[in-house]
Amino acid sequence: MRLSVRHVTRYVFEAPVKRLIQSHRLWPSEHGGQRILSWQVDTGAANAGAGFRDGAGDWTQTVSMKGPVTEFAITVSGVVETEDLSGVLRGYREQVPASAYLTSTRATAPTVELRTLAADALDGLDGASTLDRAHALARAVRDAIAYAGGRTEPATTAAEALEGGQGVCQDQTHVLIALAHIADIPARYVTGYLFATEDSVGAEASHAWAELFVGGLGWVGFDAANGCCPDARYIRLGSGFDASDGAPIRGVVEGAATETLEVSVAVTQGGQQQVQQ
Amino acid sequence: MTRQEQTFFNEMLTGSDVRAAYESLQRWQADMPSELRTLKQHEAEELFRRVGITFAVYGEGGDPERLIPFDMFPRVFTADEWRKLDRGIRQRAAALNAFIADVYDRREIIKAGRIPEHLVTRNEAFEKAVVGMRPPRNVWSHIVGIDLVRTGRDQFYVLEDNCRTPSGVSYMLQNREIMMRMFPQLFHENRIAPVDGYASALKRTLASVAPQKCDGEPNVVILTPGQFNSAYYEHSFLADLMGVDLVEGQDLFVEGDFVWMKTTEGPRKVDVIYRRIDDAFLDPLCFRPDSMLGVPGLMNVYRSGGVAICSAPGAGVADDKAVYTFVPEMVRFYLGEAPILENVPTWQCAKADDCKYVQENLSELVVKEVHGSGGYGMLVGPKADKAQIEAFRAKIAERPENYIAQPTLALSTVPTFVDEGVAPRHVDLRPYCLVGEKIELVPGGLTRVALKEGSLVVNSSQGGGVKDTWVLAE
Repeated sequence: MRLSVRHVTRYVFEAPVKRLIQSHRLWPSEHGGQRILSWQVDTGAANAGAGFRDGAGDWTQTVSMKGPVTEFAITVSGVVETEDLSGVLRGYREQVPASAYLTSTRATAPTVELRTLAADALDGLDGASTLDRAHALARAVRDAIAYAGGRTEPATTAAEALEGGQGVCQDQTHVLIALAHIADIPARYVTGYLFATEDSVGAEASHAWAELFVGGLGWVGFDAANGCCPDARYIRLGSGFDASDGAPIRGVVEGAATETLEVSVAVTQGGQQQVQQ
Repeated sequence: MTRQEQTFFNEMLTGSDVRAAYESLQRWQADMPSELRTLKQHEAEELFRRVGITFAVYGEGGDPERLIPFDMFPRVFTADEWRKLDRGIRQRAAALNAFIADVYDRREIIKAGRIPEHLVTRNEAFEKAVVGMRPPRNVWSHIVGIDLVRTGRDQFYVLEDNCRTPSGVSYMLQNREIMMRMFPQLFHENRIAPVDGYASALKRTLASVAPQKCDGEPNVVILTPGQFNSAYYEHSFLADLMGVDLVEGQDLFVEGDFVWMKTTEGPRKVDVIYRRIDDAFLDPLCFRPDSMLGVPGLMNVYRSGGVAICSAPGAGVADDKAVYTFVPEMVRFYLGEAPILENVPTWQCAKADDCKYVQENLSELVVKEVHGSGGYGMLVGPKADKAQIEAFRAKIAERPENYIAQPTLALSTVPTFVDEGVAPRHVDLRPYCLVGEKIELVPGGLTRVALKEGSLVVNSSQGGGVKDTWVLAE
């Protein structure tokens, strides 16, 4: 499937800030399920540099802008050819060992309630394959956390989301990672884009899902929000331990500021391959 | 063997004979009138206070304004004794660096089954952010502090390794400085290897790991958390001695491919950062987002080869107490050599058999937290009462993987000034090994002394003091 992405992030500062600096992981990497036909990240007059590919395979780069800055926009646009590999991340180059993703963070820390949910989900699956167990955990998340916007915050933890029983894709992903860790399955947070169909959820902004490490297959994506594994509608951007660690944009500004953030994401089918100059 | 029956190695005496290395010191202390001793002790305190060296060593916490007691009786190593230590310390520093480089690269030691994978990749000091990174000269720990104890004439044990930013070297330098000022004749009578080459060796080491993108003389800075940090004195002292700038996070910024320092003449590129802040606080765009101490964007510059960070982020993976057990294995695996320095036998409570042994022998053992430091959260079995032992038994049962245990070591003693004159007190040693283009080790280190009679705990937070440490020239 050929997908076109246009993702605009715009910061408007009430009072001008002295300086702005961000670390970007906004470039999708090639793997068996996706080929990048064109990709551009436009940050206007900002100064870019210090680019490198990290151990997890993500291209990372710094942008900074001297103030006074009252407005800053990042425009990501590109065309990607995708293929349905049933969520399996094939032919992907990375160096971080899977076992490093058994590490929990504040957002994915296990609790008694999460342990109970994992135990219930895996009941009767003692001899089952890791893949079957992973599917069972993903189903359990979908049943335990109803998709609902506005009920959780960016800092909401897996435990808190489970307690509330509602959340967005970030929360569902955090809960799935926590459950996987409890089951001793390495798991990580993945960011990307989803070509929305009528019944898909969570694609208003950038999407997020989890990858669980399954021996024999490698990393396999699980989108608890949509109860499926990523297919040709998904573009994988980058990964991390949790939403904060895996964020495509991390930044700070110098000088206290009230900022307004506008994000728009459009993923459409088709699109011409843009010729990069 | 109960503690009363234990005999401790006395570094000055064999029976009642004074070892040759201590002869002149023995005369010196015997000839010193007690009024002069009191006077000199006050003078030393005054000097320490004047230079402002009051912080607790090794990040132990405690009152940062408190003066750590300085004992004027030096500790002495002969050239022979030091030769073995010197080789052992350099060997260990090399192996630790090879290990860190390996675990962020091909992980050969894990593949070879010599260390369990989870001890490395699930270690909280393992930094995913530097996997695949190759810092300049592939050096990760540029200043390795190796804590040693002695239990016999030729018996030395490594207590722990410090691969991040071991502190206390300013004590090594100031203890010597003050001794030379107060007792110059001792330095004429004895041929004592100098330690004042440390600062230039440190600068040489740091400059030698400047990144490839640096052309010309590398600009080296020390990054401090600020004047409220307990080791701030040491940061500014070392910056002074090396003639480099002491900076805080807010003095630096990232622009393009490099890190820059704000100066009155405009931005100046920084090539090597000797950081005295923890990984978690280095860069809010990579680690803790709430850090105000670091430099936003620093890690991207580091990873793309624009700046060197000493010690390298992630170096701590080699120095926790669970990984410690495997250091002799690292020496064999990477260097193909027999380890010169021995580890203290260690029981890992994470292993069921070890844990059982530990629980059955708590009253004989020293139990430590895997990630603890500074003598806190530690049980000294032979010194503990029943309630303390039972409290620890419960703690270990709850989180066995959090504890290791070691036998109570018979730490050597060194003569020390006490109210009644001179008496043996237990000591340890921290030498500071520098790793860059070369491995360099200044002959000496920091000797900590347990000032309380019978005490085996040398931590300054628990009544420990410091001594000048001599290595006699050949």
